[in-house]
Amino acid sequence: MARMADAIVAEGLVKRYKSVVALDGLDLVVPEGTVMGLLGPNGAGKTTTVRVLTTLLEHDEGTATVTGLDVIADAKELRRRIGLSGQYAAVDENLTGFENLDMVGRLYHLGKKRSRERARELLERFDLVEAGDREVKGYSGGMRRRLDLAGALVAKPRVLFLDEPTTGLDPRSRLGMWDVISELVAGGTTLLLTTQYLEEADRLADKIAVIDHGKVIALGTSNELKDQVGGERLELTLGSAQDAETAKAALTPLAIAEISRDERGHRLTVPVAGGAEVLVDGIRRLDAESVKVLDIGLRRPTLDDVFLSLTGHAAENDGADENAEEKQGEQGK
Amino acid sequence: MSAFTEALSDGAVVAKRNLIKVKRVPDLIVGSTLAPIMFVLLFAYVFGGSIAIPGLDYREFLMAGIFAQTVVFGASITGSGLAEDIKKGVIDRFRSLPMARSAVLIGRTTSDLVNNVIVIVVMSLTGLIVGWRIHSSPLEALAGFGLLLLFAYAVSWGMAIVGLMVRSPEVFNNASFIVIFPLTFIANTFVQESNLPGPLKTFAEWNPVSAVTAAARELFGNTNPMAPPADVWPLQHPVLMTLIWVVVFLVIFVPLAIRQYRKAVSR
Repeated sequence: MARMADAIVAEGLVKRYKSVVALDGLDLVVPEGTVMGLLGPNGAGKTTTVRVLTTLLEHDEGTATVTGLDVIADAKELRRRIGLSGQYAAVDENLTGFENLDMVGRLYHLGKKRSRERARELLERFDLVEAGDREVKGYSGGMRRRLDLAGALVAKPRVLFLDEPTTGLDPRSRLGMWDVISELVAGGTTLLLTTQYLEEADRLADKIAVIDHGKVIALGTSNELKDQVGGERLELTLGSAQDAETAKAALTPLAIAEISRDERGHRLTVPVAGGAEVLVDGIRRLDAESVKVLDIGLRRPTLDDVFLSLTGHAAENDGADENAEEKQGEQGK
Repeated sequence: MSAFTEALSDGAVVAKRNLIKVKRVPDLIVGSTLAPIMFVLLFAYVFGGSIAIPGLDYREFLMAGIFAQTVVFGASITGSGLAEDIKKGVIDRFRSLPMARSAVLIGRTTSDLVNNVIVIVVMSLTGLIVGWRIHSSPLEALAGFGLLLLFAYAVSWGMAIVGLMVRSPEVFNNASFIVIFPLTFIANTFVQESNLPGPLKTFAEWNPVSAVTAAARELFGNTNPMAPPADVWPLQHPVLMTLIWVVVFLVIFVPLAIRQYRKAVSR
């Protein structure tokens, strides 16, 4: 049974399509007022999970409640309490921003007057006042996403579902979306967010559930997940591959596990413990041996590493291009 | 609010949304009237001379057939519109709202009905220009238009099922064309069904499109009083037969369409 403090409780969810098992016994608990990030590659079952929890899809086995209401038995009542913003901005091209929000308000049965007021409020909040009376077809990708998110908030939902809210956005719009979402959750909304961007989960979610093949394979805060993979490491790029053996010998006393070296021999990765002091110590040791270092840094494992070590495959599937684009954008900052 | 009034008021919100699109994208209405206008001109001036209908001017005969064909094509917008909404994720949004399950379909079929009214007005004017006249009372004429629209409305619900199943407007348009073309041509729309060879004649006689065409002809007074009665019951009582088809379509299609809607999710 769901405790009052849990906004979302899913137990043993199974959803099968003809030959594919989309959800394979998925368990998930999201306490009220927190942000849960569902992280996984395309086809992992993220969207299916959101669809089951938002009553769009009936699961085959297991139970799921949102705000204590069963997603199948109490579907209609449940829809009054949730907001959904899907994978692509489901806004109407030929309507204005205002008309889109007004329509959603009417369909939440807010009444004519309240729907209009709410639409204006949301346009203001999402920085769409100026564009509000223009047709959506002239909006940028980022504006469409903001409008779609606004649509999900029309009825002030207790639980919000965002399915890949920034997929396909350029890096700048993505950062803009992150700000909007951060602000939103600061207000106490419970949020279930799916993403294939590790950085997005890291930035927005209190807890992250890593899912693969329709199951949660790891759960925790971003730090907990990183610890699960292992501690810090020293990464360095050498000026010359000939120095590699010298550098390796110099750093061995600091390593807590085997030092690895890339194929070209320029880069070394040294698993360490102890934080910044180790970095300073490492630099001193290399300097004493006169090893020329182009770059050196202390790195915590990224969620990319987490994903790789948990699933045995990288997170980038179909989203590879977009991830690449994102990284370029990050470097450009 | 009772479930019924909720369905109607939610349906009105959806219909309004669809009609705003008709208003803002005039290509849609131009597209759905241009082809029928071409058909009128083509049959009136090109084929008409070669198709003899005893005791009746061909243009008088033709218009009811063109009306029937046009409203059936008009009804197919229901399917492509829904398929497009699914594709764009709009149906996902609608389905996550606490609105009536039938509302999107009621709204869609209603706005497509309005669309058909506009198309019929344009077609009637074209018909009048090429020499078509109504020879019955205004009330009968209105009944004729009403019956055509009612028939189209019932067909809309069938199109809705297909649109929700295929989930792609392109696939829907190809699929519906394959069905609508024979339905509207192997009928009494452009030629007399009695001139068709064996199996095609039987198909035409029992074809719902033939019934509504014959009913419209009767109500517009576009029939030859001297012509022998039709061979089969449906065409002897076309108005009643059309009403029967409408009821049959609605009874079958409405629940199936709603069921399909409840399952519809974008890919």
